Amino acid sequence: MSKKEIGLLVLVLVVGAVTGFLNPLFLSRVNLLNMANLIGLFGVFSIGQGLVIITGGIDLSVGSMFALLGVVFIDLLANHGVAWPLALLLVLFGGLLLGSIHGLLVTRAGLQPFVVTLCGLLIYRGAARYYTGDATMGFGYTDGLDTLTWLASGRSYGVPNSFIALVIIAVIMGIVLHRSVFGRYLFAVGRNEEAARYAGIRTGLVVAGAYILAGGLAGLSTVLLVFYTNSVSPSSFGSFYELYAIAAAVLGGCSLRGGDGSILGIVLGTVLLQILQNLVNILGIPSSLNFAVMGGVILLGAFADQQLAQRSRIKRA
Amino acid sequence: MADGRLLALEGIEKGYPGVRALQGVSLHLDRGEVLGLIGENGAGKSTLMRVLGGVVRPDAGVIRIDGVARPSLTVAAAQAAGIAFVHQELSMFDNMDVAANVLIGRERLQGGPLRLVDRAACRALTAPLLERLGADFGPSTPVAALSIAQRQLVEIARALSVNARIIIMDEPTSSLTLAETERLLAIVESLRQDGVAIIFITHRLGEVKSCADRVVCLRDGEVAGELAREEIERPAMIRLMIGRDLSSLYTPPARAPGAGGLELRDLVTSAFPDRAASLHARPGEILGLAGLIGAGRTSLARAVFGIEPALSGAILLDGGAVRIASPRDAIARGLYLVPEDRKQSGLVLGMSITQNVTLPALWQHSRSFLISSGSEARAGEAQRKALRIKAPAASVAAGTLSGGNQQKVVLGRWLALSPRVMLFDEPTRGVDVGAKGEIYGLMRGLADRGVAVLMISSDMEEVLGVSDRIAVMHEGRVEGVLERAQFSEAAVIDLAVGARIAA
Repeated sequence: MSKKEIGLLVLVLVVGAVTGFLNPLFLSRVNLLNMANLIGLFGVFSIGQGLVIITGGIDLSVGSMFALLGVVFIDLLANHGVAWPLALLLVLFGGLLLGSIHGLLVTRAGLQPFVVTLCGLLIYRGAARYYTGDATMGFGYTDGLDTLTWLASGRSYGVPNSFIALVIIAVIMGIVLHRSVFGRYLFAVGRNEEAARYAGIRTGLVVAGAYILAGGLAGLSTVLLVFYTNSVSPSSFGSFYELYAIAAAVLGGCSLRGGDGSILGIVLGTVLLQILQNLVNILGIPSSLNFAVMGGVILLGAFADQQLAQRSRIKRA
Repeated sequence: MADGRLLALEGIEKGYPGVRALQGVSLHLDRGEVLGLIGENGAGKSTLMRVLGGVVRPDAGVIRIDGVARPSLTVAAAQAAGIAFVHQELSMFDNMDVAANVLIGRERLQGGPLRLVDRAACRALTAPLLERLGADFGPSTPVAALSIAQRQLVEIARALSVNARIIIMDEPTSSLTLAETERLLAIVESLRQDGVAIIFITHRLGEVKSCADRVVCLRDGEVAGELAREEIERPAMIRLMIGRDLSSLYTPPARAPGAGGLELRDLVTSAFPDRAASLHARPGEILGLAGLIGAGRTSLARAVFGIEPALSGAILLDGGAVRIASPRDAIARGLYLVPEDRKQSGLVLGMSITQNVTLPALWQHSRSFLISSGSEARAGEAQRKALRIKAPAASVAAGTLSGGNQQKVVLGRWLALSPRVMLFDEPTRGVDVGAKGEIYGLMRGLADRGVAVLMISSDMEEVLGVSDRIAVMHEGRVEGVLERAQFSEAAVIDLAVGARIAA
């Protein structure tokens, strides 16, 4: 574990302990399981966001992707009678496709990631609302979804399946990012794209790969989120979620300049964000302050990080 | 008489760690005089000009302007004294129009406390300056739409707008066509008649001859000599620029050069779209590629390594034509580049020595997509030891190393593979003397292993001391190739300044 990850873990434990001390309900089984579920839901796409941020890019479109892929997913299952494994694959494929489009526009057309994915945010949201005529979509009386429902929102050995999904994905992506050739290239490109190119790395492919993976993980998250809410209201479903993901990645040590970050850090960042959300409820802080608390903590974290970095620079000099 | 002088520098000294950039430089300048300043790359011209601009503080010496002596200038003091620059790399805001660039920081204002820019007044102020320079564009033309020659006029207009008495032109003609150069020289002449003093820095000796009243030549940070108007002749200038005894760095090759290697036939690059370069670096030899800065050498190396596409021409590797569209293609063929700017292009500074060494060959250290950290660490450690990279371990970040050791990391990356052709672009820039010798040794070792080594260098000592043959480039073309027996500074400079076509 790096220093950053240890610091974050300590922060998670301290905030958790203090909250638990102020209100023991925080540590109750029900509350912990509820949090684990949310951590699972938000962690999966935050990892995708982290990969993109490591290349020096950003993906603002994930929230809207959830809405668009979500309405398509429900439509396929509820109105077109598509078998669930096929619908699941189609949604995953949809995520990969949108991610590839982002990757192509960034690497081939040379557009800025912020612009590309901001337009994605607007387009997908609009498309989702148009697709359903702005109406909320639910499963109604669709049969044959029991297995999928259990997979996405059930529990195994008492642990929410979404959390288990996050653990599996985090392990896989941890190996990809920290042990594989692709992961090394990702860091190299994020740190210094030109030097990576001079070392013979196909930098365009590597960057596009990050967007494609992020798209795929967003597709998977769509399914998990749909079964969490059981319906999709296209104008609000998933909105602001891209910001949760960016916040988790940044808290977890991903630099927006690119080239820094770790999967464990991103997961811990997600955990901290969910604890903060939960603490607002459980300590009776007005829920309208929710975002303000989150913003305040992230700002403090970034400030402390900057101070520490500066101090170690001075010490070295 | 000395008190009537516009500008006099006396005994200017400036040292940087390991280098003495200026050693007791004295020169003077009178009103309405054009002073040609010549010297090789790195002779100290730029440092001297930075002293005059107030950017660099000399360690010793006196700067006398209008007879008033001071130990150093600030940027503001230099401007107040009427010193203005027309830069080699133009410093313009090409998102603004001409008037805005001429008056940047000194805009005419209106609206009292609102401090709005009075565009009409700015244009009215700029127009007569442009007219005086015979510009074919107006004050409201966007700078983005101007050619380099036209932008230069904007810079000169800016100098005139502050009533500059001394205009320093640093290689003003290096990017101009012949006709544009003629016009610039005419403008220099008219400024001179208006009483403006000009310091004209150039590599083009023909221009010095046609415009300068006097020539001062710098060599190794010292004034090598001065020529009066009637003495300004090409051979005299070349004699001043050289004339340094070269300590012998040369190790002869262990074997005769073989056939094949890297051959370039009529390669045209974006730097000089209308000139073609041909050269042949044979296995077992070090071919020096000399020339003045901006002669198109780096562009050539970038084209060969696949960074930028060649516009036309052929690259032959061991006799067969190859297509190189990306560095990946070049690397796959055993053709490697040690780039000019190692911090920007050579290394990922935040990564360790090991990770930098293995970056292009990661597949050799991985099985089914996963990196074997053991194999990787061994490769990094092996290069650290073999190249004697000064670092406690191969796991330290490349960014913490000194210049010479960073360069060794870049080299180590390629030595770990099997090079057939190695391109070095300024291999020892920013490298201390000790590491320089080691890098030369490594280059010779590569050549003796049968690698064709092409070394781009602007350091005369290095070019003459390390190469087996020297190809000299001038404005995108290889002007000539010198065999070891023909080596001399004069021969290289003669070709580098375009002796063949020169007036």
